Amino acid sequence: MIRPEDLLHPTPFGLYCPPMDAYIDPVRSVERAIVTHGHSDHARAGHLSVLATPETLAAMAIRYGEGFTRVRQPAAYGESVSVGETRLTLLPAGHVLGSAQVLVEHKGLRMICTGDYKRRPDPTCVPFEPVACHILISEATFALPVFRHPDPEVEIRRLLTSLAGFPERTHLVGAYAFGKAQRVIRLLRLAGYDEPIIVHGALEGLNELYERFDVTLGPLERVPDARLKRSEASSRPGRIVIAPPSAMRTRWADRFADPLLAFASGWMTIRQRARAAGVELALAISDHADWLELTQTVSEINPEELWITHGRDDALARWAELEGRRARPLRLIGYEEEHGE
Amino acid sequence: MQTFAELLDRLILTPSRQARVRILRAYLAATPDPDRGWALAAIAGGLKLPGLRPGLIRTLASTRLDPVLFSLSYDYVGDLAETVSLLWPARPGANRTPSLSEVVAGLQSAAPDERAQRLEIWLDSLSVSGRYALLKLSSGRLRIGASKRLALQAAAELGTHPIEEIEEIWHGLSPPYEDLFAWLEDRGQRPGEATPAGFRPVMLAHAAAPEFEPGRRLADTIDPEIYAAEWKWDGVRIQLVRERDVQRLYTRTGEDVTDAFPELMDEIGLTGRMDGELLIRGPDGEPAPFAEVQKRLGRRTISVREAARRPAFIRSYDLLDSDGQDLRLLPFRERRERLERLVPTLRPDRIDLSPLVGFSGAGELEALRRQPPQPAIEGLMLKRWDSPYMAGRPAGQWFKWKRDPCLIDAVMMYAQRGHGRRSGAFSDFTFGVWTSTPEGDRLTPVGKTYFGFTDEELVRLDRHVRETTVDRFGPVHSLATGPHQGLVLEVAFDAVQRSTRHRSGLAMRFPRIHRIRWDKPAGEADRLETLAAMIP
Ligand SMILES: [Zn+2]
Ligand SMILES: [Zn+2]
Repeated sequence: MIRPEDLLHPTPFGLYCPPMDAYIDPVRSVERAIVTHGHSDHARAGHLSVLATPETLAAMAIRYGEGFTRVRQPAAYGESVSVGETRLTLLPAGHVLGSAQVLVEHKGLRMICTGDYKRRPDPTCVPFEPVACHILISEATFALPVFRHPDPEVEIRRLLTSLAGFPERTHLVGAYAFGKAQRVIRLLRLAGYDEPIIVHGALEGLNELYERFDVTLGPLERVPDARLKRSEASSRPGRIVIAPPSAMRTRWADRFADPLLAFASGWMTIRQRARAAGVELALAISDHADWLELTQTVSEINPEELWITHGRDDALARWAELEGRRARPLRLIGYEEEHGE
Repeated sequence: MQTFAELLDRLILTPSRQARVRILRAYLAATPDPDRGWALAAIAGGLKLPGLRPGLIRTLASTRLDPVLFSLSYDYVGDLAETVSLLWPARPGANRTPSLSEVVAGLQSAAPDERAQRLEIWLDSLSVSGRYALLKLSSGRLRIGASKRLALQAAAELGTHPIEEIEEIWHGLSPPYEDLFAWLEDRGQRPGEATPAGFRPVMLAHAAAPEFEPGRRLADTIDPEIYAAEWKWDGVRIQLVRERDVQRLYTRTGEDVTDAFPELMDEIGLTGRMDGELLIRGPDGEPAPFAEVQKRLGRRTISVREAARRPAFIRSYDLLDSDGQDLRLLPFRERRERLERLVPTLRPDRIDLSPLVGFSGAGELEALRRQPPQPAIEGLMLKRWDSPYMAGRPAGQWFKWKRDPCLIDAVMMYAQRGHGRRSGAFSDFTFGVWTSTPEGDRLTPVGKTYFGFTDEELVRLDRHVRETTVDRFGPVHSLATGPHQGLVLEVAFDAVQRSTRHRSGLAMRFPRIHRIRWDKPAGEADRLETLAAMIP
């Protein structure tokens, strides 16, 4: 059998697959890229060709414009693509719409790179599909035992309780524009909230993308125009506004009446982090696997060896050691720890 | 316990003081006795529980989790109570959750060897925020950013009595304060009586730089007819009071530190209240470096023998009342005269007088500020001769004019992730300067800092660390350095001293990043000799 390092290994550009001459989520421009999902640190513009799910290709076109790559190679979940003797299959990762794990098979060796993933149910994307393999390359964003994300439904109920308790305050919810924002909207709908939700302009294209792939978001409204007089713009208190976190601390937020800042992110599990972000309502809703999801997934797939990419590789490697598993931190660079959260 | 936990969570995250008062008031109004009283005591710092040692909590956690995983988690979160509350693996079928009163009674009555067991049972039954509240409570320190004053303000708003009326009787009350609530809610008599030797809020100074008074340059303003000048001592601001045979020592925030300084509780002859600087006397009779004061302040109690080895004394600079007479509305000139008459009648080894600094003009003062005669001097204080003693930081009365910091150029050598609010980024940096060795010039670490950069700089520093890491020792990243490689940090610090505990033989006081020299080659950073020459 081929050595695993000869099928996939870390390089400064990202994970490289020599038999295919392709990189997974390359951080610089390359000829052949395989992209796991549309978050900006994984999906960059300027590769010659990009192989990804149709959803991810559509998300990249919205982010970077139609010319983000020369050649688009769509591959649906579960559909195998042959490249020489190598077979490649994208599998659902449950992270955001279109997110995929990459299964590479060559000369009897099966390797899976999870990309970013989670195991909790998410009404905006296809759930993670565990598949057997020899080498599992797992992300480790929240790989510390302190990260045990609560049920998202519980967190959404806290948002609605706060809205009922402070009806005079606009609830300004910071959520990453791709994935988290739409998930929060869907969760609100599933919790029975039917009012129009006000969204920041940066979300509009991505919201349409979700609608196009049959994720219904219900009535949405544009943010009131900045040029409206303050009294008019803030005449609708007690509403939910969803905006990317970067917009919350800018003048943009001034137009709302006495806003109550909330933030939907896995990092909100930690009080000090919530405090540092200046958030009054910390919603621990994560699109990444928490400690239990990570460790249970490794146990369930039960690979011969675990490789760990970005995040807290030290803790996950220690866990593997205690479990008697072979593990190896890859220390890939270039992926932001806070991405997509 | 769950409502108390939710209260803490909300207080922690609510930024505005007014909103925090409102939240606490609502809690006190809705929660029955005695729970609300214990909560008030916990927040106002009046709850005395046999504190659980952090070691005990760690040991307890290690029965449930691998110690390495525990350390990695603790290192990330930065707070023991929060770490344990998050990673405690709940046991299915745990007991019913305890009330706040039950927890307080349980901690008070448990024998030392029973405490861990009780804690474990409670931890199993509580949610994450409940566990956090429990651990904060049982470690004896809440530290949730809610002061005693905020707590009393919330209590005052239950009724119509102003906060000052509560402050006067507060020291004589004890939790769970059922008598206090009865009075506030018009159901009972005013409890207790005014406590002797209570704390009075202190007067604070503005920084003098760069414009001394709006629109006027410093040099034009300092007129010896208008301002008195004193040295600014590098100790701890305190208030010493003796009333009706009760003597107490407070920090400037009103924290009672009487027990930490028994030597100052001897008969020293004072009847009144003075404001001054707490200092430690060094072997030469002069004030010792600040580190010595800090060591003493960090301990709640101390034996008389230890106190005698490093005796504390007070360098007094103001008199708030004397023999029952309130002097605070008198001008500083008159208070100073009374102080000068009083101090010679007190025990000289315990209390002395902070001398006035004579000067004829701003130029002379500027020179003194730059080159103070003693290392324990941080700069100058300027006080208007006609200033009354006012609580808080009134405009245009007192100014602090600090000595310029020392500066060196050092090279970043190691980096570690920050704790708590900065835990996502590399923000703890060890830096070094060049020194000659038989193998040529090498960097030797001289200090560590996590202050002095903006959030944008932090992002850039973080990237620098990721890109230049060459090795890792646990959480510590070792960075690539050499004459042409490495990042130069211009480090500001207050002083440098000899130290046997540091590899370089030197210890810096309060180093912080002054500027990041992205432009400067590492080979041009300073040498150890330069730093050593800055020892006073
Ligand atoms: Zn990622
Ligand atoms: Zn992602």
